[in-house]
Amino acid sequence: MSEDQNITPEIAEEKEPSSLKLIAALGIAGLLSGIILVGTYIYTLPMIEKNKAEAMKSAIFKVLPGCDSYETFKLENEKLIQKVEDESKKREDNNDELLIYAGYDNNKELIGFAIPGSEPGFQDIIVTIFGYDPNAKVIIGFEVLESKETPGLGDKIFKDADFQTNFKELVVDPEIILVKNGKKENAYEVDGISGATISSKAVVGLLNNTMTVWRMAIDDYMSDK
Amino acid sequence: MNNLLWIFVSALLINNFTLSYFLGLCPFLGVSGKLNTAFRLGLANIFVMLITAACAYALNTWVLVYAPYLRLISFIIVIASAVQFVEMAMKKFSPDLFQALGIFLPLITTNCAILGLALFQTNKGYGFVEGMIYALGAGAGVTLALVLLAGVREETKVLNIPSVIKGTAINLIIAGIISMAFMGFAGLFST
Amino acid sequence: MNTIDNRGTQEFMKGIWKENPIFVSVLGMCPALAVTNTAMNSLAMGLATTFVLLCSSILVSSLRKMIPKPVRITAYIIIIATFVTVVDFLLAAYTPTIHKELGAFIALIVVNCLILGRQESFASKNTVGLAIKDALGMSLGFTFAMLCIGIPREILGSGSLFDFALFGENFEPWVVMILPPGGFFMLGFLLLIFNWYAERKKRRANELIVENE
Repeated sequence: MSEDQNITPEIAEEKEPSSLKLIAALGIAGLLSGIILVGTYIYTLPMIEKNKAEAMKSAIFKVLPGCDSYETFKLENEKLIQKVEDESKKREDNNDELLIYAGYDNNKELIGFAIPGSEPGFQDIIVTIFGYDPNAKVIIGFEVLESKETPGLGDKIFKDADFQTNFKELVVDPEIILVKNGKKENAYEVDGISGATISSKAVVGLLNNTMTVWRMAIDDYMSDK
Repeated sequence: MNNLLWIFVSALLINNFTLSYFLGLCPFLGVSGKLNTAFRLGLANIFVMLITAACAYALNTWVLVYAPYLRLISFIIVIASAVQFVEMAMKKFSPDLFQALGIFLPLITTNCAILGLALFQTNKGYGFVEGMIYALGAGAGVTLALVLLAGVREETKVLNIPSVIKGTAINLIIAGIISMAFMGFAGLFST
Repeated sequence: MNTIDNRGTQEFMKGIWKENPIFVSVLGMCPALAVTNTAMNSLAMGLATTFVLLCSSILVSSLRKMIPKPVRITAYIIIIATFVTVVDFLLAAYTPTIHKELGAFIALIVVNCLILGRQESFASKNTVGLAIKDALGMSLGFTFAMLCIGIPREILGSGSLFDFALFGENFEPWVVMILPPGGFFMLGFLLLIFNWYAERKKRRANELIVENE
């Protein structure tokens, strides 16, 4: 290496830069990048959180008609425990926590619970939220949040107004049953979408499975009140 | 629920990474129309994906909770390192395969399928086992797509294709038809 | 002065047609097919890619004398990944609906070979001014190509353009166009048109040469 020092500048430029220089260059690049990232993160965090909260709020209000405010509950030991939004504990939240939302009208009266549920549909997972009235034990609202169902067929689960009317007062006990389109006679039946049987089945299955998870805890909570 | 089985089959067939999500198209369209090379590239992909899925899970659980803005950079570094590792291992244990793959091995780093896997896995909140099964299914799906296209291209090599459509254009149309065929897998798991 | 101006324009224009990233170099395919199911998504992805390519090219070009050769690719990737994360956060903050539509594909801009390719082959070897023109030209070409794919796909597959319904109730959309196979078909078809046009031009040029002999 030391012999190279005597060679003319043009050739000397081609010698390999020392490892220190490489590490230093990457280190500086990393530092610069870190600064830009942290800065952008801090700057955009309040807006992103606000967007998320608003999206959640609008979904809950859509499935619980007349809703004015809501509170979050989680499932712990088969019981509904109110979840306090603690800033410092935010990072320790795990994704597996099951949450539902209790909606209140402007007299602080409980309208019902907004319950999220997701299950594989025809194509990919369908993510939904539905409103449940624990006194009348009926579903009062239903909203599809994410779906990849076939356009023109499966996507009718959120595009078809007729399908939506199924969920205005849907009895959940003992379980919801899917029937052929036009054949709905009982309050616990759902009129399927013709040509989208599997997507309709997925929705009904999703409602039944989610109710099974929350039914006991909600009943307990209501009887304790 | 048959959660794990659904995850695997969904990534392999119903929501194939290449034919439904358009991930991993550069090798898909660029790799020589040789069945053998395509298959081996697919295997290398699976291996890198498994490593990436495990590391992504570890990062998500223990590191990125504190610094979510570092997610992309850390994923890329993990993928680049995994590819380096696979390259070295391959050079040592199977040098002719290393020669056969040539430039395509380091190109796995910029293969959107690997990064896509890490990102999708994060968004879906998969645990460790689910993530590994997902990686296995996704890798197998990419391999399947590569092999299918290579097979068809081998067949069409002897055909008289007009020059305007030769090359990438005809490969895309073939890919589109295969993608349409895969749409038939939707609803595979319905009761 | 004149030659520098001309060179600048040349670098800008080449990205739009002669060296169009999607139609000629066949780079950046993954986003090209995945998010072109609607015209709005195509435009948004094009603009996001423009932002990343522009910022990366400016930074790489200004630092080109300081980045040691052996680690240059790593440095480029760090720079590109930084700007992609920035655009991801900005979209999530200012346009949450678009952010949801594009989803993970925003982050996938980082593996768009177009961006890394331009850093390696151009930005690292030219002045900031030229690098900007190159980045703008390539991004414009990319966005243009995305719109060429996205607009027909949306019109045929949903009967709308930028979410604005074009046809009446009775229009039966060609649904496959907004599904994955449609992406493959549309790009393949566009490449076919592009190749046909390029061949015709070549043939005409050859005919002219033969005539003049």
